[in-house]
Amino acid sequence: MIFTYLKVFLCGGLLCALGELVILKTRLTPARILVAYITAGVILSALGLYGPFVQFAQAGATVPLTGFGHLLAQGAISAVQEKGWIGAFTGGVTAAAAGIAAAVFFGFFTAVLFRPKAKP
Amino acid sequence: MVKRVTPGSKLLEGCLRAFWVGGVICMLGQGIADLGYQYLALNSTEAGAFASMALIFITALLTGVGIFDRIAKYAGAGTVVPITGFANAMVSPAMEYRPEGWVLGTGAKLFTIAGPVLVYGITASVLVGLFYSFFGG
Repeated sequence: MIFTYLKVFLCGGLLCALGELVILKTRLTPARILVAYITAGVILSALGLYGPFVQFAQAGATVPLTGFGHLLAQGAISAVQEKGWIGAFTGGVTAAAAGIAAAVFFGFFTAVLFRPKAKP
Repeated sequence: MVKRVTPGSKLLEGCLRAFWVGGVICMLGQGIADLGYQYLALNSTEAGAFASMALIFITALLTGVGIFDRIAKYAGAGTVVPITGFANAMVSPAMEYRPEGWVLGTGAKLFTIAGPVLVYGITASVLVGLFYSFFGG
């Protein structure tokens, strides 16, 4: 149990530190980092590399945005196995639906309920 | 006290901050998933989705009350790389551009950064699925 949480902390932390290193070294904007991470997650997942990493690091691999990419890729692959080529279009978004819907829903209601604070 | 900061140590400090905050956010996600698995009778896929939704909810709330920006300023990529970065990137412009209207302000700006993320993520996943259906399996 404690060992699991240690793995989660170390692996998740390393993915974030890597992102920070890339931001500081290349001056990539956070938006580009997000796009790079999700795309890298899709590719690593399709190559069969991200699945074992998820087994090992659990939330340390699924909470970073690469995990969102992994969800999209595995959704597409398993839907293709079930339904054929049409699954390539239905599987990814279906698997990621909870995250997308939650972000839209909570994002919208936060904008309704709160005013932006003055920038510090 | 004035501390002289060389570029090298600034790099190290930034990475360490991102490391520990990002690691803690992932542990929080693991904790929420474990709770969902044990007490809400969710299967492991649902527990993962539940953790994502909870982290997104917490991020939206903290962004709304203005606390998230302070954490993000300290942690850099530590809050950007986890799903919290995706959530914050939607909430923040949606709030800020609300004066421009519900449709083209809040509605459109929700996707300022989430839009590109979804475009590239979904496009890549469709390509992977098509590739798999032609060559794989």
